[in-house]
Amino acid sequence: MGYLKALTATGATAMVLMLGACSGGEDESASAGEGNEGEKKVEFMHLWPEGNSAQHHRVVEEIISDFEAENEGVSVDVEVLSNEQYKDKVKVLSSSDELPDVGMTWAAGYLEPYVSGEKFAPLDDMLDDGLREQFVEGTTEGYEIDGQTYGLPLELNTANVYYNKAIFDEYGLEPPETLEEFNSVVDTLNENGVPPVALGNGDSWTGSMWYMYLADRLGGSQLLTEAIESGDFNKPELIQAAEEVQNLVDNDTFMQGANGLSDQEAKSSFMNEQAAMYLIATWDLPNYTTNEDVPQEFRDSVGYFKFPTVDGEGDMDSYVGGPGVGMFVAENSDVKEEAKAFTKFFVEEWGERAVTDVGIIPATKIDPESLDLPQMYVDVLNDLNSASNITLYADVQMSADAADVHLNQIQALFGGEVTPEEFTEAHTEVLEGE
Amino acid sequence: MNKVMSNKWMILLYMSPALLLVGVLIFIPLILSGYYGLMEWDGIGEMKFIGLENYIRGLQDGMFWTSVWHSTLLALFSTLSLILYLAVSLVLASKIKGAGLLRKIYLIPMLLSSVAIAQLWIKVYNPSNGILNWILMRVGVENPPSWLADPNIVLYAIFLPIVWQYAGFYILIYYAALKNIPETVIEAARIDGASPLQIALKIKLPLIREVILVTVVLAVVGSLKYFDLIYVMTNGGPNGASEVMASYMYKLAFSVNDFGYGSAIGFLMLIITLIATLFIRKATSSDEKLQY
Repeated sequence: MGYLKALTATGATAMVLMLGACSGGEDESASAGEGNEGEKKVEFMHLWPEGNSAQHHRVVEEIISDFEAENEGVSVDVEVLSNEQYKDKVKVLSSSDELPDVGMTWAAGYLEPYVSGEKFAPLDDMLDDGLREQFVEGTTEGYEIDGQTYGLPLELNTANVYYNKAIFDEYGLEPPETLEEFNSVVDTLNENGVPPVALGNGDSWTGSMWYMYLADRLGGSQLLTEAIESGDFNKPELIQAAEEVQNLVDNDTFMQGANGLSDQEAKSSFMNEQAAMYLIATWDLPNYTTNEDVPQEFRDSVGYFKFPTVDGEGDMDSYVGGPGVGMFVAENSDVKEEAKAFTKFFVEEWGERAVTDVGIIPATKIDPESLDLPQMYVDVLNDLNSASNITLYADVQMSADAADVHLNQIQALFGGEVTPEEFTEAHTEVLEGE
Repeated sequence: MNKVMSNKWMILLYMSPALLLVGVLIFIPLILSGYYGLMEWDGIGEMKFIGLENYIRGLQDGMFWTSVWHSTLLALFSTLSLILYLAVSLVLASKIKGAGLLRKIYLIPMLLSSVAIAQLWIKVYNPSNGILNWILMRVGVENPPSWLADPNIVLYAIFLPIVWQYAGFYILIYYAALKNIPETVIEAARIDGASPLQIALKIKLPLIREVILVTVVLAVVGSLKYFDLIYVMTNGGPNGASEVMASYMYKLAFSVNDFGYGSAIGFLMLIITLIATLFIRKATSSDEKLQY
């Protein structure tokens, strides 16, 4: 029994030491703002881990080391988490008032609780200081709440239908311009046993884009945005768009079991040439152009077309899309000046490197002519310049509450569980209550 | 040793590390979540006290009761599958050839992380490329179902991997309990002319009754608060068809930003689990202790 006693005693001592060590850690992080010898430390959290976003990760590292080289006495402390973990952690940190000085945020609905909780700093002074001109028009608006801007966008995405030229050629198909043509393409593909469209509606924002485009073509580019603002979804065009979605489903447009697949699974069927078309935003461009991990043969065989009109109705230059992630500065930051300087530096540096090294479309203006870009980028950038409108993703526009209803209803609509009328009524109900 | 143990302060000292851990990690969060349930709170900004409103809203929320029903179904399903585990253990414990190897094979799913299991089964269930539908089509099924997309079957499609995941755990428990039965008792029964089936039903099962009761409680409680595979495989979808209590709670707190309501749902879940546990204990308690 004697040794047992000794063991317990050791255990207890170890525990006490552990607790001591923990509290020691607290002290250290509390003084992180000042750092040693007057050096200022800017805490920065982003969501591009080396594992799944190697190119993003590398560019971020480069920008940080450039910033540190130019700004003596300021260092940047980085923490990286992947998307979902990032969202959870930011939430927990903000409720205990320990947000990093600079971090990533999303637009509109996501931003709102952080702004009303006064966690993010308004950044209009930076924009007025010459930064505003550098952004593509309209991109910062998604981050505006009550006339103040709380985030600076890094990406700008528009959704297009990507298609496999090899499959299209095999069956003598042309990229469709109207829904009628689109349906006949779908029929031909189905007759030949090729799943026409890859869709992972398990992540229902993917199906939402189909609905949004149909609403846009049928009722004009402002219809959906206005309906979300006013809370009234009871519009004939919105009901008709829901009907069109169900017509597409009934016509076997989407691959089997789409409601249970993730976007990732849908993407891999498109990339394994099992499905002919795929509606996705421009963040996927590298997969069809520069990404060396994707076989050259496949990249060469991908083209894209704008979402078709519905029997000639609608404007093909109106897009579904919007800014992706943006940067925020914490309201309670100890080093706000430096944090803002870093954010400004980052946004300015990001633009060109984002398109050449990462392969995404940045929210800041760039000159496609001066850069050596794949043709698809040049085309997309030109489309963007002639875009008449970009409608922000519906689930981003809405509050979290309404977005949850919207996404569930989208799955129900694709699954045939609700009628188009029930679909719009459910939206009216949740949006009116706000 | 006796002298040490009679000193109440020493007892407290030795208990304190465990007490502290249990308190900090379990009881304080428990009380806090009950408290947050009284608030209107998005998890970020200011809290506002609203009394029992969240709890009342929960009791009137159709989606919550749907998730309770799904969790109950899972509890029922896991309890029934205990019979299967028990049957396997009885066979394994009766000294068949290769029992050791089989036991290790059954244990493998338990060594995998839930996320890996979920990814594995997502691939098995893939409607066009998955192995399950591939086999079904080979044996002549024309239109095999889209397992995770069909609201009528998605729940059962997820139950299957859950049953598979926990097989090793329960088989291990039963196997150990069965191995603990003294050989002499079984020998005596055999001499009296009992058949292997009679030995299993009349001797072995009554002797491990206590263990079986414990596993029933474990299975029911584990099912009621189950989360992992459902979160990864469908996240409660499509349109809530596979939502269980824990996934609904998570969705409310973290995606819908309704931390107060999510906490209230979590607390209701605790109460439901407690009631279920008490009910099982009550229904199965008996004073007579079996001895041979």
